[in-house]
Amino acid sequence: MLSRTADHLFWMARYMERAENLARLLDVTWQMSLVPQSEEAANQSWNAIIALNSLEDAYAAKYSAVNGENVLRFMVSDPDNFSSIHSCLRMARENAHAVRGTLTTEMWETLNSTWLEARSKPFEALFNAGIGDYFEWVKMRSSLTRGTTLGTLLQDEAYQFIRLGTLLERADNTARILDVKYHVLRPHGEEEEVATDFYQWGALLRSVSAFEVYRKVYRDVITPERVAELLILRSDMPRSLHFCLNGVIKNLDLIANSHSGETQRQAGLLHAQLHYGRIEDILAQGLHEWLTDFMDRIYLLGNGISKDFLVPMSEAA
Amino acid sequence: MNFYNEMYDANGGVRAHYQGYEAWLQATPAERIERKRAEADLAFHRVGITFAVYGEEAGKERLIPFDIIPRIIPSAEWKALQSGLRQRVRALNMFLDDIYHDQEILKAGKIPAEQVLNNAQYRPVMQGVDVPGGIYAHIAGVDVVRAGAGEFYVLEDNLRVPSGVSYMLEDRKMMMRLFPELFARYKVAPVQHYPDLLLEKLRAVAPQGVANPTVVVLTPGAYNSAYFEHSFLAQQMGVELVEGRDLFVKNETVYMRTTQGPQRVDVIYRRIDDDFLDPLAFRPDSALGVPGILKAYQAGNVTLANAIGTGVADDKSIYPYVPDMIRFYLGEEPKLNNVPTYMCRKPDDLAYVLAHLPELVVKEVHGAGGYGMLVGPASTKEQIEHFRQLLLAKPDGYIAQPTLALSNCPTFVEAGIAPRHLDLRPFVLSSGKCVNMVPGGLTRVALTEGSLVVNSSQGGGTKDTWVLED
Repeated sequence: MLSRTADHLFWMARYMERAENLARLLDVTWQMSLVPQSEEAANQSWNAIIALNSLEDAYAAKYSAVNGENVLRFMVSDPDNFSSIHSCLRMARENAHAVRGTLTTEMWETLNSTWLEARSKPFEALFNAGIGDYFEWVKMRSSLTRGTTLGTLLQDEAYQFIRLGTLLERADNTARILDVKYHVLRPHGEEEEVATDFYQWGALLRSVSAFEVYRKVYRDVITPERVAELLILRSDMPRSLHFCLNGVIKNLDLIANSHSGETQRQAGLLHAQLHYGRIEDILAQGLHEWLTDFMDRIYLLGNGISKDFLVPMSEAA
Repeated sequence: MNFYNEMYDANGGVRAHYQGYEAWLQATPAERIERKRAEADLAFHRVGITFAVYGEEAGKERLIPFDIIPRIIPSAEWKALQSGLRQRVRALNMFLDDIYHDQEILKAGKIPAEQVLNNAQYRPVMQGVDVPGGIYAHIAGVDVVRAGAGEFYVLEDNLRVPSGVSYMLEDRKMMMRLFPELFARYKVAPVQHYPDLLLEKLRAVAPQGVANPTVVVLTPGAYNSAYFEHSFLAQQMGVELVEGRDLFVKNETVYMRTTQGPQRVDVIYRRIDDDFLDPLAFRPDSALGVPGILKAYQAGNVTLANAIGTGVADDKSIYPYVPDMIRFYLGEEPKLNNVPTYMCRKPDDLAYVLAHLPELVVKEVHGAGGYGMLVGPASTKEQIEHFRQLLLAKPDGYIAQPTLALSNCPTFVEAGIAPRHLDLRPFVLSSGKCVNMVPGGLTRVALTEGSLVVNSSQGGGTKDTWVLED
């Protein structure tokens, strides 16, 4: 497969997955903001989203105050913000457009019509109609894209680069959601806080479609430790870090070439940490520190994949 | 001016080959037609069958309007047309082979040598280069119109990178989806095997000794006006769609950069003009091309389709000589008409043209796409005066032809159904001795009332083209 084609497929998948996870993160933040809380706590959540994507300056240039509506406007619809859902859907579509011949007709039509529809939705209309519906829509479009990919695309290299992009992005994004929320929701054990905890952690679990999963797996009250365990170590939970890394090493093995050895080794190392790790050890190390290190290594893994496969190799002329 | 109508004869009667369709159209409720038209619009948008328009907002894509009334050609008419197209394209390929080798036709004085050798489209780098099968124009998009009492004229031989075939295929797909009952009633010759035929032709012209050639489509990129077609054809043939930066040349061999390392490329269906193909040989500022590809081509290690230098045969200043080429190379009389052409470089012709501008069509010799032309009868005094100045300043840059009474066909427009002028572009494929085409081609229709310019860049639309089987 052409390196450039692989590059477009990889990024098409990453942008679509990023749009979905951003919708999930914004959705859970929005829902949490509806649970009675102090204004300070609410603003802290919205600030965290801006900080998460290192967008403090870009945001400050447009808005004076940090509040829910402004942050949503900035992260959902702002075409000047390259991290907004709007921009992600545009980039997913542009990457798809560049390789539309490699995609199946259904895949291309899904990505194209997602963008055409997203483009036609002004923020005010979305916000007034209930922004939650919009987040649902983004999630559905992402699911539809994934579904048509799984249901129609030949499972060759193209499929493997798409999966690699999806899973690498998801690993990064799940780690981010967990990091930002765990940070805000410092674990504590005081009785009167239990109800708040339930709603806050429940919303976080729902944001990664893990609420029912949690119930099924633990059959017990929601505790931060178990939430962390579920999202990090549980190998059969589709949005967990362990699940993502399983897929990353599997697809890396399938596309391996003569100089991708080091990247595969790094991926294997990271995978082993999840495969054999224990949540007690991770929490003892400090979850924030551990997640930061994890995201750094995902970033390096992405660079390695780019260098080995996607950026045209030197032809040693 | 009287126009030949494709559906009705001079007395208003329905032509035999349109009778079934016309009856169906009369019997179908207007709301159903309207619904189907809306459905077609929506589907074309979703599929993203668009083309970019130069000069408009960067990256803007527009739909080519699709008309649901088909252009129907009876079997016997098509057979005659096809035979004329085969003859013409065969002669054009022989002409190209000749002028890049022994130049017999110039020695015989059939065409003034300076017309060929001083032509900007003549490529000296091709002199003496042997190409597989002696084929230069593997894909020709010959523009044919009907005029007068219904006889066919060739308007242009497009031998460089003719486009539009994807619309031919998508129009058919759309018609079959919207009106399956019509296809059950009519025996319409299928066209959907075009990509197969194209792939077969491309594989047949691989460099010598390559048993299982790697074929690619070379595109200028996603912002090119015909990008949809490039990616469509690559996908339909199951070959890679590459850009210049995906290819490199080493030891006079072309490779593409893949995730598994360099892979050799044998046949390139290139949709980039000669000028941009190789910055080392042609325009040095071209970022679209592949440095060194000309050397690989001259060495016979890669086949380009179409060959470099075909533009000299479809140039408007060479066009008037095509009938002579047919006589010279094939010893046959031309089966298709050429439009009488005034060559403004000749003082007598220029004088005539200047005296008759309001009734002529004036075209730039190297122009294409409907840009840079004057349609006398449809132009204002100012436009005519502007062209007069252009002609006086650079007479050898122009030719002129009588304004043809292009045939028309009923077409859906805002006011209802009305006649609109159309042309036909069959896609003629050559390899070795065989010249093939799928029945019909792309019918383009000028949607503006009275307009004779059908180019999509000038607001033209398309129709499905039905060749009826016996």
